[in-house]
Amino acid sequence: MWNRRKEEEPPPPKPVSAPPPKSEPVPVKEGIPMSSLPSRPTDTRTEVVRGGAAVIGKSVILKGQIYGREDLTIDGDVEGTVELQEHRLTVGPNGKVVATIKAREIVVLGTVQGNIETREKIEIRKDAKVVGDIRTARIVIEDGAYFKGSIDIVRAEAPKPAAVPKPQPVAVAASGSPAAAASAGDTKR
Amino acid sequence: MSILDFAGASQTTVSFVTNYGHRLYSDDFVRQLDQVFTPLPVGANGAGFFENQANPALVSDFLAMALSFEDASFDGALVWDSLQFLASPLLQTVVARLHRMLRPGASLLALFNTEERIESVPTFAYRIQDHRTIQMVSRSHRRPAQIFNNRSLEKLFQDFHSVKFFLTRDRLREVIVRR
Repeated sequence: MWNRRKEEEPPPPKPVSAPPPKSEPVPVKEGIPMSSLPSRPTDTRTEVVRGGAAVIGKSVILKGQIYGREDLTIDGDVEGTVELQEHRLTVGPNGKVVATIKAREIVVLGTVQGNIETREKIEIRKDAKVVGDIRTARIVIEDGAYFKGSIDIVRAEAPKPAAVPKPQPVAVAASGSPAAAASAGDTKR
Repeated sequence: MSILDFAGASQTTVSFVTNYGHRLYSDDFVRQLDQVFTPLPVGANGAGFFENQANPALVSDFLAMALSFEDASFDGALVWDSLQFLASPLLQTVVARLHRMLRPGASLLALFNTEERIESVPTFAYRIQDHRTIQMVSRSHRRPAQIFNNRSLEKLFQDFHSVKFFLTRDRLREVIVRR
């Protein structure tokens, strides 16, 4: 349960101690998880409006570079580069992407041509078409998908969280050990 | 190691190969053949398919699409049964390319139907499930370009270091070639 939450976003120490205050009156900040910038909680308004993921609709043709700090769904034509380091890219069934892609996680239902790098996982769904080289920690290829290219499985590196855990011990001490210990274990996975 | 797989990407093969820490290059070779050489409009089971394989422009398209790798790129190649759908001039060209693409000492696995006088043979998507199981998923029937025997296969792979033959239960001749 916590794992998933964590995969979605790395809102640093708070989630660890967050489980008890489920019903706490902090709804305003609950909208923030879409933002990958913990240092900018004031951006809440714009992020909330988006509702979780930006969408490039199927009638949109876009050429150039896309950098994002939120999840993105592409259902139109995109050519260039797509970079969503900490977020998830979904290429919808109508999506045609000719680009180099970097994201935390990618799900392809349409067509992608270009090299792909994901930190966590790529899913190539049935009827999807991917041509390019893939570097990822995990890959899922459904029957009926077409893939042409190389696959390099890169084992996940652990060092990054080093900066994040710092506050944890403090929160742990305050909130009690068993849950904290469990969640600390989860983080390492 | 780098492994070339002509069967088309499948989860089981990808998992099997990458779990050993190897790099997998995946392509559906037969699909590429169809894309380039199937005449339009599509004839029944490829009328003109083999004739098109003698068309220099199409051949160069095909080689660019399916076999544009640097020399000595792979430590192993799984070509499965795809070579038997190549007509003669193209067949030799493809085998020569494979020879170049493989590193010295690399192995190549190929399968050929053993039945003579066959109009069409079943084709499969081959998936490696574990170190002793290959799953064969039926795809279609198609006519092979020619029937191979041991001698013709030895001749085909004459530039390689060694060729070994194994007869399987499925009327297939399994050939393991070492570069």
